[in-house]
Amino acid sequence: MGLVHPPPFERFYDEHRDAVLRELRRRLGRDAADDAYQETFLRALRAYGRLRHAENLRAWVLTIARRVAVDQHRRREAPPSAPEPSDDSRPAYAELGELADGLPRKERAAVVLRYGYDLSYSAIGAALGSSEQAARQATSSGVRRLRRMQ
Amino acid sequence: MSVSTTLDHRFREAAAAAGLLDVAYDVADSPVGPLLVAATDHGLCRISFDPEPEREAEELARMFGAKVLRVGKPVDGVRRQLDEYFDGKRTRFELPVDLRPSAPFSRRVLQRLARVPHGEVTTYGALARAAGNPRAARAVGTVMNRNPIPIVLPCHRVIGANGALVGYGGGLDRKRQLLSLEGSLGIDIQ
Repeated sequence: MGLVHPPPFERFYDEHRDAVLRELRRRLGRDAADDAYQETFLRALRAYGRLRHAENLRAWVLTIARRVAVDQHRRREAPPSAPEPSDDSRPAYAELGELADGLPRKERAAVVLRYGYDLSYSAIGAALGSSEQAARQATSSGVRRLRRMQ
Repeated sequence: MSVSTTLDHRFREAAAAAGLLDVAYDVADSPVGPLLVAATDHGLCRISFDPEPEREAEELARMFGAKVLRVGKPVDGVRRQLDEYFDGKRTRFELPVDLRPSAPFSRRVLQRLARVPHGEVTTYGALARAAGNPRAARAVGTVMNRNPIPIVLPCHRVIGANGALVGYGGGLDRKRQLLSLEGSLGIDIQ
């Protein structure tokens, strides 16, 4: 059988999103599932361009979802790492929005995803293809750079 | 259980903001009917009349890569310029276009086409000459018919040497409507 390319991501996403959310809610509960949903599909999207088949895509994305759920469980059980910045020190995205265009690509994406879309660092890591820690660093160095630019 | 609109939008916009898409597309309303508008990182790559989004997503995926997603934000600028054009407030589009999948001759013809100004018309033959191949009027007709970005690349401004409208990928009624909007229906050939 010849190589079959995956369908457009839109179709893949449309066909499997309900199943993914169901799986994540079953494993994590309603609130945590929303964040894991973003992370699952951002990871899938990042890997999607490298897929060379169109078989068992449901199984493939559910595997990603389960890994994301396991990671979330681990994080819950791990002792808290660096404290989250308090709400006061979080920049308002409206202030950063236009300026963010001047940032290096990765920092810009990290800042926009964090403050524009309120994504968790692990979801941002999934989008950037890096670790949670690297996503946290990219976000904070982006914010520092923006403050210098202001 | 189905995914809420908020959760869905948030994912779509985050995917675009993260720069992960090969193509973003959306459907916009216009006086000539709904238009599918699609863009890559390089620029506007598709405008379609009477869109069938599923079929077109397949085609866009074949041309530009499988990471094709419906999300409005990346094409907001295009939509705004189209609205201004249809309101008669814009006579020139300022939009980068992505013609990478077009063959070199088509690209050359489309680039010349982009220079035909609002309020004027040209002919297939004149466009063939301008693209450096005076005998290719018929081939230019084919390029017009397959123009991936109608309206912005104004193939409606190309008519027959005898002044007949000849044809249009989106149907002659639309060609007439666009020329009439630009005040050039029935004007002399430049």
